[in-house]
Amino acid sequence: MKSSAMREMMALTERPDVISLAGGLPDTSTFDPRLYAALMAQVADGSTARALQYGPTEGMSAAVECVVEVMAAEATSVDSDEVIITTGGQQVIDLVCKALIDPGDVIVAEAPTYPGAVPTFGAYEAQVAQIEMDGEGMPIDALERTLDALQAEGRTPKFIYTIPNFQNPGGVTMSLARRRRLVEVARERELLVLEDNPYGLLRYEGEPLPTLYSLDAEAEGTGGAADLVIYLGTFSKILSPGLRLGWAVAPRPVLEKLNLGKQGSDLCSSPVTQLFVSAYFKQRGADGSAVWSDYLEELKLLYRRRRDLMLEALDEHFGERARWTRPQGGLFVWATLEDHIDTTDLLAHARREGVAFVPGRAAYMDGHSGASSMRLNFAGVPDADIREGIRRIGRVLAQQVRLLGTLSGSLKSAGGAVPAPHREPAAKGEREPAAKGGHEPVTEHGREHAAEQQRSPEESRRAPQGVESAGEGAPLADVVALPRRQDQESVRRRRDR
Amino acid sequence: MTAARKVAVLKGGRSLERKVSLRSGAHAQEALTRLGHEVIALDVGPELVAELQRARPDAAFIALHGREGEDGTIQQLLEAIGIPYTGSGPAACTRCTDKVLAKYLMREAGVPTPDFHSVREESIKELGAAALLSDIERALGFPLVVKPASQGSALGVKFARSSEELPSALVGAFSYDQKVLIERYVEGRDLAVSVLESDEASSSDGPSSARPLALPVVEAVPREEDFYDFQSRYEIGMTTFVCPAELEPATTARAQELALSVYELLGCRGVARVDLMLEERSGELWVLETNVVPGMTETSLLPQAADAAGISFDQLVERVLASAWARER
Repeated sequence: MKSSAMREMMALTERPDVISLAGGLPDTSTFDPRLYAALMAQVADGSTARALQYGPTEGMSAAVECVVEVMAAEATSVDSDEVIITTGGQQVIDLVCKALIDPGDVIVAEAPTYPGAVPTFGAYEAQVAQIEMDGEGMPIDALERTLDALQAEGRTPKFIYTIPNFQNPGGVTMSLARRRRLVEVARERELLVLEDNPYGLLRYEGEPLPTLYSLDAEAEGTGGAADLVIYLGTFSKILSPGLRLGWAVAPRPVLEKLNLGKQGSDLCSSPVTQLFVSAYFKQRGADGSAVWSDYLEELKLLYRRRRDLMLEALDEHFGERARWTRPQGGLFVWATLEDHIDTTDLLAHARREGVAFVPGRAAYMDGHSGASSMRLNFAGVPDADIREGIRRIGRVLAQQVRLLGTLSGSLKSAGGAVPAPHREPAAKGEREPAAKGGHEPVTEHGREHAAEQQRSPEESRRAPQGVESAGEGAPLADVVALPRRQDQESVRRRRDR
Repeated sequence: MTAARKVAVLKGGRSLERKVSLRSGAHAQEALTRLGHEVIALDVGPELVAELQRARPDAAFIALHGREGEDGTIQQLLEAIGIPYTGSGPAACTRCTDKVLAKYLMREAGVPTPDFHSVREESIKELGAAALLSDIERALGFPLVVKPASQGSALGVKFARSSEELPSALVGAFSYDQKVLIERYVEGRDLAVSVLESDEASSSDGPSSARPLALPVVEAVPREEDFYDFQSRYEIGMTTFVCPAELEPATTARAQELALSVYELLGCRGVARVDLMLEERSGELWVLETNVVPGMTETSLLPQAADAAGISFDQLVERVLASAWARER
């Protein structure tokens, strides 16, 4: 498994005196306490026995109806018997691995990828090939090359894991052309795709894009249901993570395996919270509108404001020393510093200043790529803390950059053996090539660019998808090769003393 | 062996090694309970002194790793409150935790330790010390290992293969400590020798001149040799342990002798773990550093080494505990 040293450091940042931009949290303080109390009372009073009883493994039909409603809001039509209710979206990742992964099996994921999936993939001893994203998400030509290379070794990935909307942690959104192409590739090669979409409805600007699930379902010969895409959804970000309710929509054979796995894991998700969600989704406002979607609008306004605050603060306090994504939705900004700054070390320094973030390494299976990036949460952080948190990180960063400049500058003037390493901090609008791996020469982006041309003029004119300063097709971070397999029994030496 | 005592196990704290410390502490607590002692578990924080004053334990068992537990901070407090505690005293803690100080002391005493220099962040900022780097490079040669002077864990330990990599390695290490050690990289086998106060010396029967005991040598073997992954050897679970290490008898004896002399040189008490490198090309042994509060988790090196010497975990804990009173003489 990945660096537990870093995990230990993260644990130290969970203190009240630390401004944490590290969480994956939505803001639950905006939920009306009276409504919460009323709904709980309704569940307690109206469904006592059912709420206190076990429920069906696949979920209570009352909750499944809500899922169908949320999916419709995502412009994705699903049948209730394609749905399984899970204990948070995280359980879907776990159950999919449980159903499909044997030790050594390959998963293809984005680079960076969801830090919460990294330990799950590790626990099932999967090998993960990470495909570096650019401003439009996972480049499908790079995916195809990886698939070809794997095929040449006689290996086929068990599934492709992607977060197409406002990716965690990258903050970028997969373009429509790539979504279509991804589904085509999956169908050509008969590969399963795990579409993780926790934030799809938290879009602050731009037009919603179709889910991979719906694109798969529209393909010829599917009879209107996807047969290669497993969809992961959750109530965590549109309502509450404390409810621990998510879901999967999956092709029948996969669904059966997920159901079997869930029986073994926890039999069923909590009927109390399923009934709560059901009661909540039935609520109507004074104007007859659904309360859940009104609340969603409220959250979007709040998060949008916080995103803008964070982007402003980054401009002010990071300035030329970093580049970062400009997410159209979701919870996170991904910032990348010049590659001589290691964000794990920066965090050690930053925590003394009372601020925390997630170092980029957490988003990579190999534990060392992404070393100069960081994930910053804006959604669950009060406005003042966003400004102050970014200011503090900026101050620490400035100190490190200055020190680095002093150290490398004097090597240069002292005529050190090798020309000084220090590159000027990447200017905005400019991108460093991938640091290693040689996956992404310019020509590849050229090819990808052809696909971009198919976007409507309207789309092209829109604010750059995701990466604010990057040229399109520019990589988000390092390219990562398949990591070595690590033994769970192994222990570290000085780490473990 | 000894009478039942009231023992406060100090663990946790706010160091970067909090979690390892909690595991060490929990493990020691279980053993102390099995041994019939009354155990008070204290997660070290702002209430520590008040809790100790209230509880008035017969001894404090220190299972704190990282800064406060090993640099003498806690030991100084315990001296002032008047509670006997396990392991080394404040002076030895200071000498061992400051890797740079320990290396100067070893060099002066003729103990082989890899060539090194040390730089402080202030001297770079205020005295133009950056201009020294090329001299240091010339003197030590590449590759170099850069370590925060007082960080006990692998965090901040950097590897520089060329002058191009040195500045960022230094910046990384300075994130953990104002003082940084730049050391010649010794390529070879990673060894550790734990030293334990001998039975006689730590028994309550009275003083004894018996020398401490060097336990069997443990070798840390990286799973895969990957030069790039030098840091991963420290950070990521890529290492297996062999105990006793498969070495020439003379090498084993020399490693143990070196560990004992370093233990005495730095003034350690009770228990300590000395880390060494057996250099591949020269066959020389080099002492890297000494840890005054070795880990007590299931997988830690000290319990493994003790086990190889026929000392059970409970016996080990009892002997470490006895060091609390041995000091008082």
